[in-house]
Amino acid sequence: MAETGAAAASMSETVLEVEDVHTYIRQHHILQGVSIRVKRNAVTVLLGRNGAGKTTTMRSIMGLLHPAKGAIRFEGKAIERMPPYDIARLGVGFVPEGQGIFATLTVEENLRVAMHREDARSRERLARMLALFPDLHRFRRARAGTLSGGQKQMLAIARAFVNPQRLLLIDEPSKGLAPIVVEHLIAALRAVKHETTVLLVEQNFAMAEALAEQFYLVDDGRTVREGPMAALAGDAALKKKYLGI
Amino acid sequence: MKRAVPILVVLGLALLPLFGMEPRVYLTLTVAGLAMGMLIFLVASGLTLIFGLMDVLNFAHGALFSWGAYAGFSAVLLLDSHAGWIASPSLWLNALALLAAVAAAMLVALVLGVILERVIVRPVYGQHMFQILITLGATIVLEELIRIVWGPNDQVMPVPASFQGSWDVLDVIVLRVPVIAIGLGLAVYAGLLLLLHRTRVGLIVRAGVESGEMVKVMGHNIYRYFTGVFALGSALAAVGGLMWAVFRQSVSPAMGGEQLIFAFIVVIIGGLGSVTGSLVGALMVGLSYNYVAFLLPKAALGVNMALMVLVLLFRPTGLFGASR
Repeated sequence: MAETGAAAASMSETVLEVEDVHTYIRQHHILQGVSIRVKRNAVTVLLGRNGAGKTTTMRSIMGLLHPAKGAIRFEGKAIERMPPYDIARLGVGFVPEGQGIFATLTVEENLRVAMHREDARSRERLARMLALFPDLHRFRRARAGTLSGGQKQMLAIARAFVNPQRLLLIDEPSKGLAPIVVEHLIAALRAVKHETTVLLVEQNFAMAEALAEQFYLVDDGRTVREGPMAALAGDAALKKKYLGI
Repeated sequence: MKRAVPILVVLGLALLPLFGMEPRVYLTLTVAGLAMGMLIFLVASGLTLIFGLMDVLNFAHGALFSWGAYAGFSAVLLLDSHAGWIASPSLWLNALALLAAVAAAMLVALVLGVILERVIVRPVYGQHMFQILITLGATIVLEELIRIVWGPNDQVMPVPASFQGSWDVLDVIVLRVPVIAIGLGLAVYAGLLLLLHRTRVGLIVRAGVESGEMVKVMGHNIYRYFTGVFALGSALAAVGGLMWAVFRQSVSPAMGGEQLIFAFIVVIIGGLGSVTGSLVGALMVGLSYNYVAFLLPKAALGVNMALMVLVLLFRPTGLFGASR
């Protein structure tokens, strides 16, 4: 594919482009036209009711599900047919719903297995993550399954940052966490978010509001609205219609 | 400390038969049982990793056991007729011959394992029914190939001179081959633990046993690791087959079949994906089989089924299985 210099330059602002994606899970037509543009060095949030297709969107981007139709481009490169491990190596990190922690591995092993390559630079990043999350440092030799829910979420996020990520997909990090733990989580994400571009799925509106610059509303497998987060926060009618709040 | 409980239970059960027999008989049976357990462990450890990592039911594992036995058998015959290493009284030449046979068995199984995984298993990932059917089909083909290459009848496996017979330890007759089998099994167990817990590949495999999907999204091509695990598991089954042939002093084309049943029982008892579980389970099966075969011959195979049922009743994920 020959890309012109002008096209490449205009792409540089958009890290991820999801264009009219349709995804099936077995015979069920889950995504029926999702289109998203994620801007570099910003946090974009996907909002919508349960079952709207937010997680399926994330899994389609990560290559865990392959869309039947539509295009997904990461930094201008088509990734909708690529396997997840190749997408990960392009610099896309994924923190799944429910954290995806390896419970039988130690905290430190969880961080090490996440490294694409175990070299001096990733070990340096690991040390920085342990400094940023004191709990993880304290329990680094403990089995990750023994951590609390909040600690597991911190581990899941730290794990994503041991690689130099160009895009980070985070699926419902606040799910199942106590409000005080969510506060900690917001603080932690604020501390690291300037390092990368984030696409976030979040049900907790306060958290979405605290972190995101841009929003997309997903309803019945389609993206129905988009815009700056501040605009949505002030639009009571829109929030009521699509989020029920 | 919770992990020590199964081991204590095993030790307790292992002493129980002492009430029904003389100590000398007991020791002989124990050595035989441990040896049998170690050979089953060689088969089961590969099976448990293959199932644990990729959820693949591999019924062709028994055929690799037989192929290992025959590859080693050919190596031994070759070394016997051309170099005379088998009949030679030199312990060194005998050990070298055995090592060469082990190497031949592993090499053949590694190659077969890679081919099987790439060609036969890969298209049926995630589909248990097809896995059972196609790997059973592969077993039939591999067994028939043995009949074509080596002939359909049982053949005598020559045993290197130094390893024949027995040692006499305090009036107890200790056969040599079982002791070698026990040593080999322990060495393989130690090697597997080192590989799984001290190397990066092992770390990724252990993570993959827990969640293949997460390993994939972390940028690791799990299929490549799985091919390696499948080939290594095949090689271990082959070593098990070779040692079994030396133990029984014979090879036969269908020898892998009955071992596979034991190995599956062991995998279930030990817990899917757990190498330590496989070792403990295999020793339990090997010992109880030998004790019961002496005390109540007709119940010998049944006791292993009973053991499996008991474990499943109290620990549905097996003794060392991760509950998921």
